[in-house]
Amino acid sequence: MTGKEYRTITDVKGPLVFLNKTEPVAFGEIVELRLSDGTLKNGQVLDTSDDQVIVQVFEGTASIDKQTGIKFLGDVFKLPVSKDMIGRILDGAGRPRDGGPSIVADEMADIIGAAINPYSRQSPSSFIQTGISAIDACTSLVRGQKLPIFSASGLPHNDIALQIARQAKLVDSDDDFVVVFCAMGITAEEYNFFVHDLERTGALENACLFVNLADDPAVERLITPRLALTAAEYLAFEHDYHVLVIYTDMTNYCESLRQIGAAREEVPGRRGYPGYMYTDLAMLYERAGLVKGKKGSITQFPILTMPGDDITHPIPDLSGYITEGQIVISRELHQKGIYPPINVLPSLSRLMNAGIGDGKTREDHKSVSDQLYAAYAQGRELRGLVAIVGEDALNERDLQLLKFADIFENQFLRQSRDEDRPIGEGTLDYAWELLSNIDTKYLVRLDQKWIDKYHPNEKKN
Amino acid sequence: MSEEKGVIYRISGPVVTAIGISPRMYEVVRVGDEGLMGEVIELHGEQSVIQVYEETSGVRPGEPVIRTGQTLSVQLGPGLLTKIYDGIQRPLPELEKTMGVFITRGVDADGLDLEKNWQFNPTVKAGDSVSPGDVIGTVQETTTIEHRVMIPPGISGKIKEIKSGEFNVTQTVCILDDGNEVQMMQKWPVRTPRPFTKKHAPEVPLQTGQRILDFLFPLAKGGTAGIPGPFGSGKTVTQQQLAKWSDADIVVYIGCGERGNEMTEVLDEFPHLIDPKTGEALMNRTTMIANTSNMPVAAREASVYTGITIAEYFRDMGYDVALMADSTSRWAEAMREISSRLEEMPGEEGYPAYLSSRLAEFYERAGRVETLSGGDGSVSVIGAVSPPGGDISEPVSQGTLRIVKVFWGLDAGLARQRHFPAINWLNSYSLYPPSLDQWYRDNIKTDFPEVRTQISSLLQVEAELQEIVQLVGSDALPVDQQLTLEVARMIREFFLQQNAFHDVDTYSDLKLQYTMAKAILSFQEESKKALAGGSALEDVVNIPARTDLMRGRFESGYEDRIEEMLDAMSKQIADTMEDN
Ligand SMILES: Nc1ncnc2c1ncn2[C@@H]1O[C@H](COP(=O)(O)OP(=O)(O)OP(=O)(O)O)[C@@H](O)[C@H]1O
Ligand SMILES: [Mg+2]
Repeated sequence: MTGKEYRTITDVKGPLVFLNKTEPVAFGEIVELRLSDGTLKNGQVLDTSDDQVIVQVFEGTASIDKQTGIKFLGDVFKLPVSKDMIGRILDGAGRPRDGGPSIVADEMADIIGAAINPYSRQSPSSFIQTGISAIDACTSLVRGQKLPIFSASGLPHNDIALQIARQAKLVDSDDDFVVVFCAMGITAEEYNFFVHDLERTGALENACLFVNLADDPAVERLITPRLALTAAEYLAFEHDYHVLVIYTDMTNYCESLRQIGAAREEVPGRRGYPGYMYTDLAMLYERAGLVKGKKGSITQFPILTMPGDDITHPIPDLSGYITEGQIVISRELHQKGIYPPINVLPSLSRLMNAGIGDGKTREDHKSVSDQLYAAYAQGRELRGLVAIVGEDALNERDLQLLKFADIFENQFLRQSRDEDRPIGEGTLDYAWELLSNIDTKYLVRLDQKWIDKYHPNEKKN
Repeated sequence: MSEEKGVIYRISGPVVTAIGISPRMYEVVRVGDEGLMGEVIELHGEQSVIQVYEETSGVRPGEPVIRTGQTLSVQLGPGLLTKIYDGIQRPLPELEKTMGVFITRGVDADGLDLEKNWQFNPTVKAGDSVSPGDVIGTVQETTTIEHRVMIPPGISGKIKEIKSGEFNVTQTVCILDDGNEVQMMQKWPVRTPRPFTKKHAPEVPLQTGQRILDFLFPLAKGGTAGIPGPFGSGKTVTQQQLAKWSDADIVVYIGCGERGNEMTEVLDEFPHLIDPKTGEALMNRTTMIANTSNMPVAAREASVYTGITIAEYFRDMGYDVALMADSTSRWAEAMREISSRLEEMPGEEGYPAYLSSRLAEFYERAGRVETLSGGDGSVSVIGAVSPPGGDISEPVSQGTLRIVKVFWGLDAGLARQRHFPAINWLNSYSLYPPSLDQWYRDNIKTDFPEVRTQISSLLQVEAELQEIVQLVGSDALPVDQQLTLEVARMIREFFLQQNAFHDVDTYSDLKLQYTMAKAILSFQEESKKALAGGSALEDVVNIPARTDLMRGRFESGYEDRIEEMLDAMSKQIADTMEDN
C-alpha cells in the first residue's frame, strides 16, 4: 500500500492540507510530503473518506503547493523505543538531536497510548521527598501522581522543577528516578538552562529529552509529549524504571491544539480552545500511575504558565480537573523575594493522605500540615483586616496568627535552590519550631499526643 | 436482514459514516476489519452515521460495517453487583484477562458471567398467573442482596413449569403456558426507561451521614441532586461519601470521564468498608461503571445510560437505589464532541441544542415508583457538575439546576480554607424538606424541622454581621451579636465541617446530628442568660467544656457521652456568672 505518491492537493489551510480521492487511507495514518525542492515534511490523517483526506502537517504548510507529492506510509505514528534512549536528546518528532545515531528499535510503540484499565491500576502511595518544605509538608507528592506546576511568565517554575528532579527520592527505597524531559515551544535559553543543570548534576546520563523549541514547528508540539510519554511507558512498564516526566510548557501545547481546531473550522469551546481539549489533555495526564504486577511507575510534572495569571483560564482549569492536585506559584511571594514562591493555599495534593503518616513520613504529618494551613490561612486573612482597621483591633490570638503568616513565608517556605530538607528532622521539626510562636491553646488542629511528643516547649520526654 | 453488510465511507475520530446498509436508529453495528462496536446515531440519505465505542485509528474507508439488529442494551440478572464495567458494560477484569493492563480494542465481553451457576429459589408455582415485573424466584446474589428474578416486560400468562436449583443466567427457569421461556438474564435497551406503574411523591429522606446534607439540604429517596463545583472542591469525595454511607439498598457509581486512580481507590477501599446497616462489606451492594477521561468518548456518552438502566432494574425489584454520576459535565462534553463531528448546528458554548432535554430525560429516570408488580422502589440520582472556571452560568450547570430539586454548591474559597465539605450553606438549597418533615417528626424528633430552621437562620444572620465586621472589626459589635458570631462559628466548625477521611467523623446518624444541633442551640441559650447575668463573653466562649464538646466528635462513643458533656457545659456557663 505504501509507495504510491499522490499529487491531488486541493486546499491548504493553516497547518492542514486537503486532498482528493486516494486509495483508502487509515484514520491517524502517517503521511510524508515531498515538496518540489525535495524537502520532506511529515503529517497525520485527521479525517478520511472515499472523497477527501485531511492531513495535519507537523512542520507547518509553508511552501506546500499543489505539486507537492503525498505518500501514505500505511501505519499510525510509532516511536522506536529502546533502553538506549536513556542519555539521549531527541527532537520534537523523536529524531536524534544530539548528533548521535538513530535509536535502534527494540519495539515500535504506538504513540497514542492505550488507556490503562482502571481495574489494573495500583493506587499510588509511596511518598516522594522533594526536599522542598512547602511541597513535602503541605502538598506531598506520591510516586505515580500527576501534579502540575501552575505558574506564570517570569516566575521561577523551571528552578522548582529542576530542584525537584535533582532532589526527588523515595524514603522507603533507594530506587532512582529516570527523567523524561519534554520541551514544547520553550525558548532556547530556557532549554539551555535545563540542559546545563542536568549536565552539571550528572542527571543527563539518566535522562531522555524530547525537544521542540519556540522556533520549531508548532504543530509538532502535539506529538512531542506523546513521544515522551510513550518512551516513559516503555521504560516504566517494560524495564521497571521509576520515571519522572517533566513537560513544559503545556500552554504552548494547548495553543497548537487551538490552531488545529481553528483551521478545521470547528465550533470552539471556551475562549477559542477546542471543545475536546479536556479529553485531549486527559490522554496525556492519565498516562501516569502504577499498574499491578509491574515494578516501574510514571510520575508527571507538567508545567504550565497561566495566561494573565488567571487560574480560571481554560488551560489551568481543564488541567486541574484532570490532574491529582496542583502546585501554584505566586507572583506576590516571588515579588517579596521568597523562593520557592509556592502559595500553599490554592495548592493541593489529592494523593497526599495515601502517602503520609506513620511508617511513610511521620505520624504527626497530617496534623502538622492541617495546622500550618489553618494558621497561615487565618494569618493571611487578617492581613486584609489589618489594612482596614489596624493592628489595634486585633486580639492576642489574631496578633499571633498575623505574625505567623510572615514567619511561615520567610522561614518555612523560603529555602535555597540547593537546600534539601529531609522530611522528619528537616521539614516537620522546623514546622513545630515555627508553630511554637503561637500559644498552644490556639493550635486546635494538633492532636494532644503529638504536642506531647514533638512540641519544642511542651515535649514530655 | 441480520447479516446486512455495508462499507465505511468516512472516519473522523469516533464518528464513522457507512454506506450500503440501512440500519435502524440506535442499532449496534460492527465496524471495520476488527469488528469495533458502534451505534447508529444518525441516518442521512444513503449514509448511516455511527459512533464507535473504541479507538478508530488505523481504520480505513472501504472496510466492512455489519448490522447486528440489536439496539445498545445491557445484560441484567444475577452477577451485576461487586462488578466494575466500562461504559458499555464490558467487565474490566475480563478485559484485563484478554488485553492485559492496557485497554486495546476489538474485544467483546458479556456483562454477566454466562457460565456461573446460581441457586434459584422459586417463589411461584405452576398454575400461577404472572405478568411483567412479577418476581418468580430469588437468588442470593451477595451476602446482603437477594436478587429477585422478574418476568421481563412483554411476557405474561400462566406458569406451566417452574424450576428450582442451580442454573446459569441463560438457562430456562420458567416456562409459561404459551411456550414463552424465562431465563434469569434479561436484556434492556439502555436509552429506553424501564416501565413502572406510577410515580410517587418522595417522602423518605436518603440518609447520608453527612451533616450538612442530611440536616440542611436533604435529598429524598427517589430524588435528584446536583453538585456543581470547581476542580478540587470536593465533588468526588462527596459522591464517594454518599456511595459509602447513604442508606440505599443498592449503589450504582458511574465514573464518567474522570480519573482512573479514583476508580481504583473505590475498588481498593469498598471491599474493606463495612455497611453500618448490614455489617457487610459495602462492595456487596455496589456496581461500578468506569469510563475514565482517556477512554473512548462515545462509550463515555453511553456510560450514564448503562448505569441508570442497571439502577432501574434493581428499583424494579423493590429496592432503593442511589446512583452517582461523576461527572455529568464530561458526559455533556462527549455529546458535544460527537455532535460537532456530525456538524450539527451548535447551541450555547458549542453544546448541542438537545443538551438540556438529554439532561432532563436522564434525571427524569430518577423517582420513587410503584413497580409493575405493585412494590415500592426508588432511584435517587446525584450528578456532579464540573463548570469551567467554577462559573455555574454555563449550560450544563444551568440545564441541571433547572431539573434537580437539590443543589449542593461547592465553593472554591471554602475548599481553599480547608473547610470540608466545601458546600456553601448560603446558596445551596433543597426543595424536599416540606415533603420530608413529617418523616423527621415521626422518626427523629418532633421539633426537628424547627431546629433546622434555627440553625440555618443563625448562618444567615452571621453572613449579614460579617459584612459589618469586615468594616469595623468584631469588637465594635454589641455583645449579643458577638455571641451570635461565636455560635455561628460553632455551627461551621463543629457541625458543618466534617472530615471524610476521619474514621469517626466521616459518618453521623440523624439522631446524633439532631443532638449536636441542639447542643449548639443550648450553648446559645445558656450563654445569653449568662451574659444577661453579667458574665464576660470571653469567659463564656472559653469554657473548657465547649472545646471538649467540639473535639469529642472525633472520638468513638461520642453519642453516649454527649449528654454528660452538655451537663458540664451548662454548669461551666453558669459558673461564669458566679465569678463576677
Ligand atoms: N469532606 C471532605 N473531607 C476532607 N477532605 C475533603 C473533603 N472533601 C474534599 N476534600 C479534599 O479536597 C480534595 C479534592 O476533592 P475532590 O477530589 O472530591 O474534588 P473534585 O471536586 O472532585 O475535583 P475534580 O473536579 O478535579 O475532580 C480531596 O483530595 C480532599 O483532600
Ligand atoms: Mg472529582
